[in-house]
Amino acid sequence: MSLFLIAALPFLGAVFPALLIRAGRNAAASAAGFTTLLAFVGLMLHIPAVFRGDTVQASIDWLPALGLNANFFLDGLGFLFAAMILGIGLLIILYARFYLSREDPMGQFFCYLLLFQGAMVGIVLSDNILLLLVFWELTSLSSFLLIGYWKHLPEGRQGARMALAVTGSGGLAMIAGMLMLGHIVGSYDLSVILQNKDAIQASPLYLPALILILLGCFTKSAQFPFHFWLPHAMAAPTPVSAYLHSATMVKAGLFLMARLWPVLAGTPEWFYIVATTGLVTMLVGAMIALFKDDLKALLAFSTVSHLGLITMLLGFGTKIAAVVAVFHIINHATFKAALFMTAGIVDHEAGTRDIKRLGGLRHLMPVTFAIGTVAALSMAGIPPLNGFLSKEMMLEEAAHTTWYGSALLVPVLVTVAALFSAAYSFRFIAHVFLGPKRDDYPGHPHDPNTGMWIGPAFLVTLVVLIGLASAKIAGPLVATAAGAVIGGGELPYYSLKLWHGLTPALYMSIVAVIGGVVFLALHAQLTRIWTALPRPEAKQIFEALVRALTRTARVVTDGLHNGALTRYAAIMVTFTVIIGYAAYRGGTLGAATREMQTAGLLPVVGWFALVVSTLFIVAKHRNRLVALVLIGVVGLVVSMAFNYLSAPDLALTQISVEVVTIILMLLALNFMPKETPVETPLPTRLRDGAISVVAGLGAGGLIYALMMRDFAFPTISDYHLANSYKGGGGTNVVNVILVDFRGYDTFGEIIVLGIAAMVIFALTEAVLNSRVRAYLLNRKPDLPQAGDAHPLMMVVATRVMMPLALMVAAYIFFRGHNLPGGGFIAGLIAAIAIIMQYMASGFGWATERQRYPYHAIIGSGVLIAAATGMGAWFNGMPFLTSAFGYIHWEPLEEFEWATAALFDLGVFLAVVGAVLLALESLSRFAWQPGISSEHAMDINPARDEAAKTGTEG
Amino acid sequence: MELLVASAVGILTAAGIYLILRRRSFPVILGLSLLTYAVNVFLFASGRLMSGAPPILNKYEEVLYTDPLPQALVLTAIVISFGMTAVVVMIALGAYLSSRDDRTALNAEPEGSGGDA
Repeated sequence: MSLFLIAALPFLGAVFPALLIRAGRNAAASAAGFTTLLAFVGLMLHIPAVFRGDTVQASIDWLPALGLNANFFLDGLGFLFAAMILGIGLLIILYARFYLSREDPMGQFFCYLLLFQGAMVGIVLSDNILLLLVFWELTSLSSFLLIGYWKHLPEGRQGARMALAVTGSGGLAMIAGMLMLGHIVGSYDLSVILQNKDAIQASPLYLPALILILLGCFTKSAQFPFHFWLPHAMAAPTPVSAYLHSATMVKAGLFLMARLWPVLAGTPEWFYIVATTGLVTMLVGAMIALFKDDLKALLAFSTVSHLGLITMLLGFGTKIAAVVAVFHIINHATFKAALFMTAGIVDHEAGTRDIKRLGGLRHLMPVTFAIGTVAALSMAGIPPLNGFLSKEMMLEEAAHTTWYGSALLVPVLVTVAALFSAAYSFRFIAHVFLGPKRDDYPGHPHDPNTGMWIGPAFLVTLVVLIGLASAKIAGPLVATAAGAVIGGGELPYYSLKLWHGLTPALYMSIVAVIGGVVFLALHAQLTRIWTALPRPEAKQIFEALVRALTRTARVVTDGLHNGALTRYAAIMVTFTVIIGYAAYRGGTLGAATREMQTAGLLPVVGWFALVVSTLFIVAKHRNRLVALVLIGVVGLVVSMAFNYLSAPDLALTQISVEVVTIILMLLALNFMPKETPVETPLPTRLRDGAISVVAGLGAGGLIYALMMRDFAFPTISDYHLANSYKGGGGTNVVNVILVDFRGYDTFGEIIVLGIAAMVIFALTEAVLNSRVRAYLLNRKPDLPQAGDAHPLMMVVATRVMMPLALMVAAYIFFRGHNLPGGGFIAGLIAAIAIIMQYMASGFGWATERQRYPYHAIIGSGVLIAAATGMGAWFNGMPFLTSAFGYIHWEPLEEFEWATAALFDLGVFLAVVGAVLLALESLSRFAWQPGISSEHAMDINPARDEAAKTGTEG
Repeated sequence: MELLVASAVGILTAAGIYLILRRRSFPVILGLSLLTYAVNVFLFASGRLMSGAPPILNKYEEVLYTDPLPQALVLTAIVISFGMTAVVVMIALGAYLSSRDDRTALNAEPEGSGGDA
């Protein structure tokens, strides 16, 4: 089966449980199980190749420009992890089916579980570190969903949040580290990176990259001091804890350390960071675990401790230690998953997992007792179980390790940790199952049905079998996986057997087991000492940290964004000015290369008009109507300037937009106060004035400097000028750029314009359907109204002008490709022609004669533009490629026709629709019942008596 | 000529920003319009100034053309800024009609103590 399919199957399968849950819980669980089984079988098909030592590969170039390829590869290490993920996943699915209660949304559960499974499989199969990072983040996200699965429990939500915060921030650090690693090697493919040990370790970026990557690994694998999230994640349902927190997610960090072991390990930095962290974690985790009364907390801290053990082994940096690490990964997965499931069974049946309230369960739950005891003894390192083998080998390695000149430190600390480990394992057995039977269990403890215990039983069988015949059963797998970890070359000599002779490790082991029994006997006294000891509570520290961060963020945000628009604007402008000034100071300004052009009388007059009106606007802005009139003057000067400076298209656009904008603002002003009161004291106004003057000087100075210099680089405009006629078939280069060269931009822009109009329409609807409507209906105009709302002269004039104006629009539209004009301008002119009807004859009259809703006009415009663009596909060209040709229809002269004209038609319609929809929406505010006239004209001298009652105002 | 255009951009920018810093929605809209002019002229002028050389190709003789690209960009910018102005006007109007108040601040700012209610 292709590696793609193996990685994709869980993601594909994730859909089914969510859908099939309607068909019952069995259907959902079977779908999940079947998908996992299929992927597992697919993986097993690769056994021959993997055990031969081959690497199975599958690759697609996804985003080669970024170095991001969807490359997968499967070697011994990947196989080991994928097999654990899918194999234990299968057992967990079975277990969860019986563990979850009827009220739990099981479809969701299996959906999340499969998502998580897919992400994990993706991590272990990725051959590209960027792809690996994607899957890495996916595990953080999907585990968040799983840990917080019981949404009603606050502990679940807090634990999920904490896990996400810790592993997520570690993941962020790792992204940086991985990018550095890829930068050093020049490739993001793992198979390439693994070949470049010397280059990586010689690079000055080695240490930062190492630390960042390790941050990701340590947070994920709950290494000290990031271990605290794991116990809190135990608020998850037990199947999740058993899966994520024993076999898979927390092993992802170990996996990555093992994966990158060939290139990162072997340096003193690696040894001191990784081995020390592992050692401390192992010791701290084991000590805390002994004093936890919650079964799952005990197991959680023991997991922390064992993860520390494996980390330490990887940190030793020797090949043989790496082999032992791989072996212990297998063993730990088997006994720890079994233990979690046992804890879940006890919790499920006895109704509590508080060790203080348990005891004596061996008579009531014999099967569970057997499973739990074997698994716990393996964890304690008792022969002939598999835990003993790897612990023995670990002790052997630790005995030979010197730490900073001290030959004793590591062996002694490791023995202490092993002692605590034995003690908590014995406690798990003694305080839960042994002792007298009690009569105050919250539930009625009994063995669960087969579905629930078969999974752990299978794992425990493995525990025993690996212990008894390790070389036969686990040997090949260990050899293949360890071979992949150490990156080729000969495996060191090791032997997986129970009896190694009277080695130092055996003595250490004996000390640990005896000490463990003694500690269990003294547990009550030790607990008193432990509780008396001052120790930091990680959760409180974490929460204090989060609180402090939140407070800082709030102070900063509230300080900058206090809800006053003026403050945002002032801060933004000031900051922009400062940045601009810094850039100016930091760079050098070249000498001016262009001569200043002399200005004739006309430009000076125009400038004078513009400056005077602008200053008047500022001075007189409190009188809103006057300010609006003056704005019109400014717009007029700007459009004349465009025309004077060789931009006829801009001049036409500006002047028509000007008309529409002023009408729009007048409409709005009709309902708003006509005066702006003085609100700010003089100092504030002076401060604002200073900010604006500085910003104005900056903008003016910048454009002046720009205009006095030639382009620093050749401009693309030369290409446009050269190809406008040849390629686009038009001589108006601006129009050809709009409809052809940059047609995609224009397409986006008409959509934005359409959206803006829709927003206006929607806002109008919302406002008019609120209590504002009553206010508007009863509103008395605050200014004197004209006696004749629709003067006869104006009505007649606009109606006569309507066809003429539309004709002008059509003319402007058609000539647009070759001469100033085009869809935008024609659209604005047509819109103005129609607006004139609204103004002259009234809203009611115009609305009654409106045939097509403006929404539809916008929509048809966008659709026509899109259809034109898609037409290019039929010619095998990319979207929006235009074509043109010459047509000769009798009796017309031959004329040119370009598909761009059709696109321009779309632009035209979108502009007409958007402008009219915006203005029509605003006009609806003024509508009052009865303003619509049934006659085409209000005044008709020939009409009957009724006309004499007067025109309505 | 360049000086005229640059100073016009500067004055329009300064006036626009000053009005945006006012406390009522209508002056803010006016300021936004002025700033729009300034930005459009700024963009346009980045193609350098030239009079009597519109970018309309002359098939019969070799003549100078001004830079067409900023013009195309500014043309769409003008239309889009109409859309933006319309939306802002609508929001301002809706806000005023709903609360009968056209101040832009959510809460009365303590520093502007000279205000009326």
